[in-house]
Amino acid sequence: MTTETIDLKTKLITDFYARESVMNGEAASAFHQKKRAALARFDQLGFPTVRNEEWKYSSVKELVNESYNFNSESNVVLADLEDLKIPEQDANIIYFVNGRYNAELSRMVSSQAQITISSLSEAIKKDPQLVNTYFNELTKESGEGFTELNTAFAQDGIFIHVPDNQTVEHPVILRFVADARTQNVGNQPRNIIAVGRNSHLKMAEAFRTLGSGRSFTNAVTEIYVGEEAGVEYYKVQNESEQAYHIGTTQVRMLARSQFYAGTVTLNGRFTRNNLNIILDGERCEAHMYGLYFPDGTQHVDNHTVADHRKPNSESNELYKGILRDKSKGVFNGKIFVRPDAQKTNAFQSCKNIVLSPEASMNTKPQLEIYADDVKCSHGTTTGQIDEEALFYMRSRGISRPEALSLLMFAFCADVVSQIRIDSIREYLENVIAEKLASK
Amino acid sequence: MLSINDLRASIEGKEILKGINLEVKAGEVHAIMGPNGSGKSTLASVLAGREEYEVTGGSVLFEGKGILEMAPEERAAEGIFLAFQYPVEIPGVTTINFLKTAVNEIRKYRGESPLDAAQFLKMVREKAKLVSMNDSLLKRALNEGFSGGEKKRNEIFQMAVLEPKLAILDETDSGLDIDALRIVAEGVNSLRSPERAAIVVTHYQRLLDYIVPDFVHVLYKGRIVKSGPKELALELEEKGYDWIKAEVEALS
Repeated sequence: MTTETIDLKTKLITDFYARESVMNGEAASAFHQKKRAALARFDQLGFPTVRNEEWKYSSVKELVNESYNFNSESNVVLADLEDLKIPEQDANIIYFVNGRYNAELSRMVSSQAQITISSLSEAIKKDPQLVNTYFNELTKESGEGFTELNTAFAQDGIFIHVPDNQTVEHPVILRFVADARTQNVGNQPRNIIAVGRNSHLKMAEAFRTLGSGRSFTNAVTEIYVGEEAGVEYYKVQNESEQAYHIGTTQVRMLARSQFYAGTVTLNGRFTRNNLNIILDGERCEAHMYGLYFPDGTQHVDNHTVADHRKPNSESNELYKGILRDKSKGVFNGKIFVRPDAQKTNAFQSCKNIVLSPEASMNTKPQLEIYADDVKCSHGTTTGQIDEEALFYMRSRGISRPEALSLLMFAFCADVVSQIRIDSIREYLENVIAEKLASK
Repeated sequence: MLSINDLRASIEGKEILKGINLEVKAGEVHAIMGPNGSGKSTLASVLAGREEYEVTGGSVLFEGKGILEMAPEERAAEGIFLAFQYPVEIPGVTTINFLKTAVNEIRKYRGESPLDAAQFLKMVREKAKLVSMNDSLLKRALNEGFSGGEKKRNEIFQMAVLEPKLAILDETDSGLDIDALRIVAEGVNSLRSPERAAIVVTHYQRLLDYIVPDFVHVLYKGRIVKSGPKELALELEEKGYDWIKAEVEALS
């Protein structure tokens, strides 16, 4: 059998053992044992199919039928990334190219007393015990083949540790570049963010693609939000027409903490985002905002979970989508209110505009409530553009395309305005305006 | 300026306008009155280009150009303005941004260069004063959460900014108290000039105390059944529409 005909799953498992066989004492490390266990689970679970309820509307058949180089070198220099850049600001900017930390491109400005920012590969060498306190602790029972796969191959990504009582003034912006200029590439960044008690951090993950080869990104981020801490986390996906992206962000919040998430998907062939938040303390506040804007035959799937485990917490969710051409969107929002989580407030809303008869949107709110004194609401709307509003604007001399673009921009603004890293918000406003003007 | 000839229009297969004829010259104000369901708002909508209505016959010339084939935005750029009976709320778009887009789109249509921010703001402030429009409303999302009076005032304000040649006011008086009515009417009157004309669609004579028309037309069952000087409005106020209905029925 030649490598070309071996399916992706078999190839990855074979790769894993080949690598393991050349490891020295490291194979016995706790880190590796976690990976080994994850590989076994991946072997069992495999890649999901549409028979899996969680993947009903999102087939990954095309994705797994391709082959990717997961160890490709890249000679990317800053000049190659000019077009992909988010305007600079006073921030820690960390680059990953094909999943590997790139020290030359990266820049850190925050003081090390306030925050440890390190690549995962370095962190595991320097302080394996600290890394292992967090690594795969939130995702170990994911039941997701992709997440297990990421764990099994966890090698690089970011490791951020903020000690107690620190307000990190400069945001951390992680830029993941898939360099698919010469071949199909695969990358599996693994990120760990641990924010201590009463500390505050703003961060973003931005995903871009270079070149026209296929790219497969399988990203997992674990975020620990300490008591009374505040974390703002934004994910920006502006990838190529050939980019597959599977991403899981797993968050655990402790008492009186706040977590803000903003997930914006502008481009990509196939995108699946899982955002799972466990509100594991009293008086937590979780906010989830999402925006997706597919066109052509792009596919965007957002799955979110707000898991209320303790009393008196609040979750608030707003996802919005504009679907054009033959694009497809999926939204699945789960809210769990566990028996202990009395006095929970949970709100969820998903609003969509479908601009073409060939585009489609599947929404599914899922509430599972096991406590009796709770306030929960959810609502989804999927509609066309408001013709009366369009006529009103046109009657004032605004052309139909311009009126549409104003209305769409306003529709997006609810989400975009929630992004509180200025450079990211301005970048999004520009990209959205351009995208609106393009048709 | 405006010449409507045997205009017929229907919605969902039902004929609403059954042959309208009307001549409006520059400098004139025409009032269109009539009972509910007579086709007044339909006429206003068809002139502005609302697409739900199907024009089934006749012609409308505006300064010699046929407008029925024009898109709503082209009609606006040619100088026609419709003040809506129910102005639309548009969340997320500020009044000021909306108007700036409108002004510059119209200027583009006319081959003029766009106004810069300073020129535009200066002009807008002057016009806002004209209709006693509070500056703070300009920065709010268009009509969102505005009271009925604020919405109507915003219509007249937009009209003042766009300076149309022909203004069509569709039941602008509905839902207004007397003070709001006076402010709206003053706004309209300040725009009166020998080069401009207006069509005022109203159910009640009240507005015409403030915007005094040159001609009054009564629309009934999709036709103009009676035209006269401004005194006709007073007669309608006093006697209602029944005598006109009776006249029409007697003739048919």
